[in-house]
Amino acid sequence: MSILSARRPSPPPADGPRPRCSPVGTTARRTAATGAALLLLGGTGLAPAAADDAGADTMTIAVSQQVDSFNPFTAQLAVTTNILRHVYDSLLTVDPETNEPAPALAEEWEAGEDGLTWTFHLRDDAVFTDDEPLTADDVVWTFTTIMENEAAAIAYGNYVAGFESVTATDDHTVVVELDEPQATMTSLAVPIVPRHVWEPILEQEGDAFAEYTNEVFPLVGSGPFVLTEHDRGRHITLEANPGHWRGGPELDRVVLRYYSEKDAAVEALRSGEVSFVYELTDAQATSLEGTDDIAVNIADGKRFQAFTVNPGAETQDGEAFGDGHPALSDRTLRQAIVMAIDNDEIVDKAHNGQAVAAGGYVPPRYEDFHWSPEGAEETLAFDPDAANAMLDEAGYEPDEDGVRVSPEGDRLELRLHAHADRPDNVQAALVIVERLADIGIEVENNTVDPGVLSDALHEGEYDLIFTGWTVNPDPDYVFSIHTCGALPAEPGTMQGDAYFCDEEYDELYEAQLAEYDRAARAEIVHELQQVLYTEAVVNVLAYPNILEAYRTDHVASLQAQPDPGGNIWGQDGYWAWWSAEPAAADEAAASSGPSSGIMWALGGGAALLLVVGAVVLVVRRATAGDRE
Amino acid sequence: MTGAPTTSDRPAGAGAPAAPAAAGAAGSGRLARALVYVAGRLATAAVSLAAVVAAGFFLFRILPGDPVRAMTEGREVSAEQREELRRQFGLDRSLGEQFLDYASGLLRLDLGTSFQYREPVAELILDRLGPTLLLAGTGTVVAAALGLFLGARAGWRPGGRGDRVNTAVALFFWSVPTFWLGLLLIVVLASGRGFVPDLFPTGGMVDPDATGPGEIALSTARHMVLPVTTMVAVIYAQYLMIMRSSLMDEKGADYLTTARAKGLRDSLVRRRHAVPNALLPTVTLVFLNLGQVVSGVILVETVFSWPGLGQLFYSGLRVPDLGLVQGLFVVFAASVILMNLLADLVYPLLDPRVRP
Repeated sequence: MSILSARRPSPPPADGPRPRCSPVGTTARRTAATGAALLLLGGTGLAPAAADDAGADTMTIAVSQQVDSFNPFTAQLAVTTNILRHVYDSLLTVDPETNEPAPALAEEWEAGEDGLTWTFHLRDDAVFTDDEPLTADDVVWTFTTIMENEAAAIAYGNYVAGFESVTATDDHTVVVELDEPQATMTSLAVPIVPRHVWEPILEQEGDAFAEYTNEVFPLVGSGPFVLTEHDRGRHITLEANPGHWRGGPELDRVVLRYYSEKDAAVEALRSGEVSFVYELTDAQATSLEGTDDIAVNIADGKRFQAFTVNPGAETQDGEAFGDGHPALSDRTLRQAIVMAIDNDEIVDKAHNGQAVAAGGYVPPRYEDFHWSPEGAEETLAFDPDAANAMLDEAGYEPDEDGVRVSPEGDRLELRLHAHADRPDNVQAALVIVERLADIGIEVENNTVDPGVLSDALHEGEYDLIFTGWTVNPDPDYVFSIHTCGALPAEPGTMQGDAYFCDEEYDELYEAQLAEYDRAARAEIVHELQQVLYTEAVVNVLAYPNILEAYRTDHVASLQAQPDPGGNIWGQDGYWAWWSAEPAAADEAAASSGPSSGIMWALGGGAALLLVVGAVVLVVRRATAGDRE
Repeated sequence: MTGAPTTSDRPAGAGAPAAPAAAGAAGSGRLARALVYVAGRLATAAVSLAAVVAAGFFLFRILPGDPVRAMTEGREVSAEQREELRRQFGLDRSLGEQFLDYASGLLRLDLGTSFQYREPVAELILDRLGPTLLLAGTGTVVAAALGLFLGARAGWRPGGRGDRVNTAVALFFWSVPTFWLGLLLIVVLASGRGFVPDLFPTGGMVDPDATGPGEIALSTARHMVLPVTTMVAVIYAQYLMIMRSSLMDEKGADYLTTARAKGLRDSLVRRRHAVPNALLPTVTLVFLNLGQVVSGVILVETVFSWPGLGQLFYSGLRVPDLGLVQGLFVVFAASVILMNLLADLVYPLLDPRVRP
C-alpha cells in the first residue's frame, strides 16, 4: 500500500485567491491520477484471480531454459531431458538413496562369461499410456533405430557406440551383443519409446527426422507422468499417469512456468506463485532461509569446478597449435601452480562457503568412485613456500620485478580465462591471480563471455582456463574426455576441456571400462584420479553445493537423491516428482486467497477515489478563470 | 527506451515554402513530384533493408562461440554426434553458400530454422509478436499520452514549480536502469514481503489456469500492470521533453496573443491553439518509436518473463542461435525502416510546409 498512499492527493484547497501559475500540487495530482488509472485498468474485478487452484495437488516449478524438442532421440537441453525422463521409462534407473544402478523396465540383468553378451529381463506390467503393453520389441526397436539412423543418434548415440546387435529372445527378454566389454551397460538412460507410434513417424519424416519436435499432446510414453501441454515460453504441463507400474504419483500435475530472470523466480516463490526454484545463487538461498513456508535444500554438489592448464595443445597426430605458454609443458611448474592455490580459500571467497573444497575428480556424493588425496598421496597440498622452493630448484629465476623467468628465458606471464556469467568463477579468478603472484607468476585476468572462453579453449589460445562438469552416477564420460582419443582430429574439434594425453591414464581408462565388478572398477577409477592429480593439467577446486528451495505449504515431502544430502531437480530418475506428497489442501488455500481479495477491493477503491478526485480537480481548475 | 530524448530530424520550420497553386498544369506537376518522392522513399527503404540483411548475417557470424558446442555443453556426446548437429545446422558449409541459402530463403519469406527450437524462425516470431505488440503498444500509448500531457503543461510555464518538478521526476525515471526498476516493483508489489500483499503476479503473461476469454483477458491485464508501469516510467520523459520544448517555441507566437485577445481562457489557448501546432515535431518521434517498439522492450520482457520477442532474442543470443538472432534482427530493422518510411510519407500530409 505504500505507493498508493504516497500518491493519495491532498484534499482540494479551501476557496480563496488562487495563484495564476499552476501550483506544484496540481501537476503532482495529474501524475497521481494517471498512475491510478493505470492501476485501475489492470486491477478492477480481479479478486478471484489470486485464488487459483495451483495450490493443492499441483507443483509449479520455475524454469528458464527453453525447450529444444520433445523428440527423445534428439533432445539435448537439460530442461527437456529432465522432462522426458518422467515421460519415458528406461531399462535401468539410479537408486534414489545410493546412486547405484536400480531396476526400472528391466527387473534383472546379467552379463555373459565373456562380458560381451548382456541379457535384460523386462517386467511384464509396463504399459504405454495408450494401453498398449511395452514389450522387448519396443526396446529392440528403440536401440536399433539409434544404431542405424544418424539423425536418431543425436542424443544417445554414445550409449550404443559399442553395440554389435540388439535382439529380443521373447516378449520380455532383450539381448545386447557388444564389440568390447563396457561397464557402462548398467547406466543405459536411453528412453524407451513405443514402436507403434514412432515407426510411422520415422518413415514419414525421413531425412527431416532430426527436426521432428514431437509436440503431439498428450505424448504416448510409459513413464509416471504424461506430457499434456507446451505453450512455448509460458508453461509446460505434466499430468500424473495413475497406471504406472511403480504406482501413480501423489501429485496430479507438475507445471513448469517460465521465468527468464532468476531473481523474479525467487520472488514468485515468496508470493507462492511457484512451488519450487532451483539453481539458486548463495545470495538468493541465504535471503530465502528463515522465510515462512519455504524450505531451502542445500545438497551435495554433482558438479566440480576446476581450471585446466594448457600443457601444449596438439592434435591426435601430434601437430602443435595455439599459443599456450611454452613453460606450462613442464609438470613441475603446473604442480607449483596447484600448490600455490588454497581450495579452502576458493570455497570461502568464491562460493561464500556453499561448496566443498575439492580433492579428486569425482564429487564425494558418489561415495565409491570418489577419491581424495590423503597422507602420502597428498603431494600437492596448499604450500606456497614449497612451491617457491620447487620453482627455484627447477631454474625459474625471479626477474627484478619478482616475476619468474623459465630456464628457456620466457617470463611467467600467464593468461587466465574465466566465465563472466558465473559469479563464483569471477571471484575465484581474483583469488588465483593473487596466489600465483605469491610464487612469482603474473596472471592477466580475462573475465569473458562463455563463447569467447570456448573459442580460446578450442583454438588452444589460453594458459589457464576455467571449466567444470556435472558428474553422472556412472563417471565413465568425464574420464573419457581426457584420453588421447579425445584430442582434436584437427584444431577446434576437441572432445574435452584439456589437451591431456597420457599412456598410463589411457590404460587405466580401458581397464575400468572392462571391469564389471563395481568395487574393483572403483579402485581403478581412484587410480585414474590420482594420475590426473599428479599431472596437474586438470585441477579441481571445489564441488559447489546445489541450492534449491520449495514451498512447504505446497509440498509436504520429497525424495532427494542421494538420501540424505541430495538434490531435487535434475535427478537421475523421476524420484522427486513421483514421490512428492502435496501439502494439506486447506493449508495451501489459506496462504493466498482471502487476503489478496481484500487487498484488491481496497486497492480498487483507493484507485477509484484517486480518479474521482483528479477529475474534480481538473474541472475546478479549467473553470478557475471563470470563477475569478 | 533507447538513446537520449531526440529532437526531430525534420524541424518544423525548415520545410520548403508551399508553392502557390497556380493552374491545372501545376497540379499535375505536383502529382508527379509526389510520385517521385514516394518512389525515392521506397527505394531508400529497400536499399536499407538489403544492407541490414547482409550486415546482420555477417555480423552474427563474428559472434564468439560455437552454437553446437554451446548446445551440447555439459552433455555426454561424442564427436560424431556433434558433427551430425553441425551438418543439420548447415554449419559445415562455406559462409558464402550459407549466405546465398539464407538470402534466397528470405525472398520466399523463409527466415530459416532456429537451432535450439528446431522450428521455423518465422513461426517463432509470429507466435511472439502478439504479446510484444500488446505490451509495447500499450506502454508506448500510455507513455506518449502521459508525456505529451505533462509536457504541454510544463512547457506552458517553463521554469515554474510544476515544470521543475515534472521535468526532474521524468528525468529521474529516464536515468533509472529498467532492470532495477522492474525488479524493485516485483519485490515491493508482487512478492508479498512484509505487510505489502502480493498485488500483482511476478511474471508471465497469463495464468496457466485461466480459462475462457473473459478470465484470460483479466489475467492478462493483471499481468500487464507492472511491466507497462516500468516501461512507461522509463520512457515517458522523451515525450515530455519534446512536447515541452516544442510548446515553448510556440509560446511567443502572435496567434496566441490574438487568441488571448479574443478573451479565451488560458487553458483553452493552450489546448486549442498552442498544442496542435506543437504536436508536429512529436509525430516523428512517435513514428520512430513505433518502429522500435518491437525491439525496445527486451529488458522489460526479461525481468517480467513476458513471452515476447525480446525474451526470444535474449534466449537466442545466449547460444548463439544464429538462425533465430539474424531473423529477429531483420524483423527489428525492417520495422524501424517501415515506420520511418511511413513517417516520411505521412508527414507531408500533416505539415503543408514540407510537401514536395
